[in-house]
Amino acid sequence: MSRLGTYTRRGFLVASAAVAGGVVFGVRAYNARLENPLTAGLAPGEAALTPYVKINGDGITIITPRAEMGQGIHTTLAALVAEELDVDLDQIGIEHGPPSSAYFNGGVVEEGYPFPATDNGAIAEFARAQRDIPAVFLSYQITGGSTSTHDAYDKMRRAGAVARETLKAAAAARTGIPATQLATQAGAVVLPDGTHIPYTDLAAEAAATDLADAPALRPRSAWRILGKSQDRLDVVDKSTGRAVYASDIRLPGMRFGALRRSPHPGGTLAGFDASDALAMPGVDAVIDVGTGVVAVARDTWTAMRALDAVTCDWAPPAYPVDTAGHFDAIAAAFNPDQRDSRQRDDGDVETALSGGTVISGEYRAPYLAHATMEPMSAAALMQDGKLQVWAGTQGPTVARREAALAAGIAQDAVTITTTLLGGAFGRRGEMDFVQIAARVAVQMQGTPVLLTYSREEDMSRGPYRPAAIGRFRATVADGVPVAVDIETASPSIMAGIDARGGSPAPIPGFVSDFTLNQALWDQPYGIENYRVSGYKTTPLLPVGFWRSVGASQNSFFHECMMDELALAADRDPVEMRLAIMTDAPSRAVLEAVAEMAGWGAAPAAGRARGVAFALAFGVPTAQIVEIEQTDGGIMVRDVWVAADVGVALDPRNLDAQLISGVNYGLSAAIGEEITLTGAAVDQSNFHDYPVLRMYQSPRIHTRILENQRHIRGIGEPGTPAAAPALANAVFALTGQRLRELPLGKKVAFA
Amino acid sequence: MNLTINGTSHTVNLPDDMPLLWVLRDGLNITGVKYGCGIAQCGACTVHIDGVAVRSCQVALADVWGEITTIEGLGAPDALHAVQTAWIEHQVAQCGYCQSGQIMQAADLLARNPEPTDADVDAAMSGNLCRCGTYPRIRAAVHAAASAMKEA
Repeated sequence: MSRLGTYTRRGFLVASAAVAGGVVFGVRAYNARLENPLTAGLAPGEAALTPYVKINGDGITIITPRAEMGQGIHTTLAALVAEELDVDLDQIGIEHGPPSSAYFNGGVVEEGYPFPATDNGAIAEFARAQRDIPAVFLSYQITGGSTSTHDAYDKMRRAGAVARETLKAAAAARTGIPATQLATQAGAVVLPDGTHIPYTDLAAEAAATDLADAPALRPRSAWRILGKSQDRLDVVDKSTGRAVYASDIRLPGMRFGALRRSPHPGGTLAGFDASDALAMPGVDAVIDVGTGVVAVARDTWTAMRALDAVTCDWAPPAYPVDTAGHFDAIAAAFNPDQRDSRQRDDGDVETALSGGTVISGEYRAPYLAHATMEPMSAAALMQDGKLQVWAGTQGPTVARREAALAAGIAQDAVTITTTLLGGAFGRRGEMDFVQIAARVAVQMQGTPVLLTYSREEDMSRGPYRPAAIGRFRATVADGVPVAVDIETASPSIMAGIDARGGSPAPIPGFVSDFTLNQALWDQPYGIENYRVSGYKTTPLLPVGFWRSVGASQNSFFHECMMDELALAADRDPVEMRLAIMTDAPSRAVLEAVAEMAGWGAAPAAGRARGVAFALAFGVPTAQIVEIEQTDGGIMVRDVWVAADVGVALDPRNLDAQLISGVNYGLSAAIGEEITLTGAAVDQSNFHDYPVLRMYQSPRIHTRILENQRHIRGIGEPGTPAAAPALANAVFALTGQRLRELPLGKKVAFA
Repeated sequence: MNLTINGTSHTVNLPDDMPLLWVLRDGLNITGVKYGCGIAQCGACTVHIDGVAVRSCQVALADVWGEITTIEGLGAPDALHAVQTAWIEHQVAQCGYCQSGQIMQAADLLARNPEPTDADVDAAMSGNLCRCGTYPRIRAAVHAAASAMKEA
C-alpha cells in the first residue's frame, strides 16, 4: 500500500472516536475524506504520525488545529497528545496546522441536536456517537460552541498513543528488542538496559513504519499532565510582545489596507469617487470590494486617511431606520407564521394558565458588538495564480472556500495560515475580513496587503448579537411554578451567517434556527406544564454568533423570570430552583454556589445578591452576584460561580475562562448596547460603547465540579448567568425589576 | 527624523503628523505595540517615552520628546522585566492582544508607586481595556511584581 494510502487508512482509525462506538453507516466515504494533511509538506526524514504529531531530527511538533482566541486551547490540546505520547510540554512546539477536514469538530454538530445535554438516554447517546460523520463531510473545522475539548478528548489522546506505539515499533525494528519490552518517557524510547533513544532520533525510521493500532487510553489515575494546571504555551510570547496576530504579519514589500463599508450595516456600495484619495502621497489604490472600498497605502494610517477623501454612495437598507423600529419588527414576529420552533411542550400550558393567577413579563436584550481587542484583520498575497491568506479565523476550511470564491480560483490554489486571534467571541467565525482581503489581493497581484479594520469600522458595521424579546406567562402553586409559557423572538443567526458565506454548508430555509431557543428549551427544570417557542423576524441588522450565542439573551429572560416566580411563590429563589431541578449535576452546582456565597446568611448592609442558573453548551453553571450601592453608583463586588465540566483537564485555565465569561457577561449587562438612528449605528468606539474596566471588575470566586457524564468546554458557559444574576441582585437592592438590558439605562453603575 | 527605540537609533522618513503607533508598527515593523481604538480609549498602544507611559496613537511623530521603549525593549524571554515575570507567574494573558499595553502601563505605575493599593491599581490601570476580562489576574500580578521589585 502506498504511504498516502496507509496514512489515509490509519488516519481514519486515529481520528475517529466514532469507530470505537460501532458506527458503520457511511464509513467508507467518511474514511476517504480523512487524509493526513501533513503528509504533503513533509521533508525527508520527517514523520507525520497521525494528523497531530510531526517529528523530525530537530524536534516534536503537535498540531493544535483549533483557533487560539484566548481560551488556552492550544495548551490543552497539546496536553492531550503529550499525555499519551510521553513528552513534556516544554519539549514540544505547536502549530495550528492547515485547513483540513481531518480536523473536523464533531462537537459543534452535537450542539444542534434535539436532545438536552442532560439526556443520557440511549437515543441521545447513539446520536452523539455518530456526530463525527456529518462533521467530516462538511469539513467542520470550526472553533466555537465550547466544543474543542469535548471533541478532542479521545481523538487527540489516541493520536498521541498511536504515535508513541509507532515510535516504539521503529525502535524495536532498530534494536531487535520486542516493542512489548520497550518503555517511553520524556520524549524518548527507553530500552530494557535504561538506554534512551530520543524520538527525534527515530523520526526517519518512524516515517517508514506503518502506524501502530490504537492502544487503550490510559486511565485518569495514570495521568501526568492532564488534570493539573499547566503554564500556557503562549504565555511568554504574549507577555513579551512576540505573539503574532494577523495584524502583525509583515512581508517584504507589504502595503496596508483600510476599509470603509456602508454606514447601513450589511449594505452595499452603489458607487464611489476616489480621485482625491488617489492624489494623496503614499496611496497606491482604492479598490471596490463590493460591500465597500479598501484604500491601499504605505501604512495603515495613510490608508485610513485616504478613506476620508473617498466619496461613496451607499444603497439604502431594507430594514427599519431606528432602534424602536427594530424592536417593533421583533415584537411583530410573535405570530404563528413566524414561529420557528417549539422545542418543549410539556403538559397543557393553556389549560393550566387559565386555572390560576397569571404572572407575565416582557424582557428585551439589545444588539451587541463583540468588540474584540484586535479589530478584524487579514493579510493576503496573490501571486502566480495562488493566493496566500493569513487570518485569525475560527473556521479555516470555510475561510479557504470563501477566499477562493472571492478570488475566483480553485480552493487548492489557496493557502490559509491561521494566526493567533486577538479575541474572537464568535466574531472571527465571520468571513468578511477573509473575503475582502482576498478581493484586495486579486487587485494588488504580487504585493502582499495587510487589511486592518479601524475600530469604527469594526464596531459600527456588525454583525451583532441579535436584539431579542422574551415573553413569559406563568402560574405558581405550593411554592413552585406549575405552568410556564416562555417564548423569544429575534433575527436569525443561521440565516444571516449562511447568506454572508460563513456556513460550512448551505442551511435550508426550512431548518429551525437552534440558536433562537438555545438554553431556553432545555433547562433542567421539571415544570408540569412547560412550553418554549422561538420566533424568527424578517431580516434586520446582520447578526452572528456572540459569546454563548442564544444563551446570552435567553438565560437573562429565563432566569429573571424564575426570580419573579420565586417572589410570586414567596420562596427563596435557590430553594425554588432546587425543588424543581431534574438533573443531579445541575443541582450540585447550584448547591455549591449557595454554599460558597453563604447564601443562607444576609449580605452586609448596603449590599444585595442575585442568583441565576444556566445550562448552556452542556455545562450547568450557577452564579451569585453581590452588589453594593455606593455614592458613585452600584458596584459589583463579588461573584461566585460554579460549573460542571465533567472532567477538569486544566484547573487554572478553567478558572481563567469562568472569570472571563463572567466579566464578558457583566460588561454587556451593565453598559453595552448597539442602537440605530437614521439607519446608521450610533456607537463607533470605546467612548460610546462602554465595556468593563479594571475598577468595575469584581472579585470572582470559581469552583469546578466533575459530576456530569461528558467532558465539556468552558469558553462560553460563564457568560449566560451573569446578566440575570446581576439583574436579580439589582431587584434585591432597589426593588426595581429591570426587564431591559443594559441595566445601566435604568440604574446608575459606578 | 531620528528615533531611539529600545536603545537603538532609527531614521524614519514619514509624515510629521503620523501617530507614533503607526510609525512603530508599519514604518519599523515593531509590532508588539497594538492598535485598539486610535482615540486613547483602550491603552493597547501604550509605550514609554523617557520612562513614562503614553498612548502612542496620540503622539505625532514630530512630537516625540525622548527615548521610546516598547514591550520588546522592556524585557525579553531570557531577560524579563519584573512585571513580565509576574504576568507569566500569574498566567494573566488570554488572547493576549491588550497585554503589551497592560504591562507597559503597570511598569510605569510601579516605577512611580512601588507599593500601590488596589485603588491605586484601579486608577492606573482602568484606561487599559481587556475584553477577555483578565483584570483579577492583572491586579494580582501587579501586586506580585511590586513585592518582587521591593525585594530586588
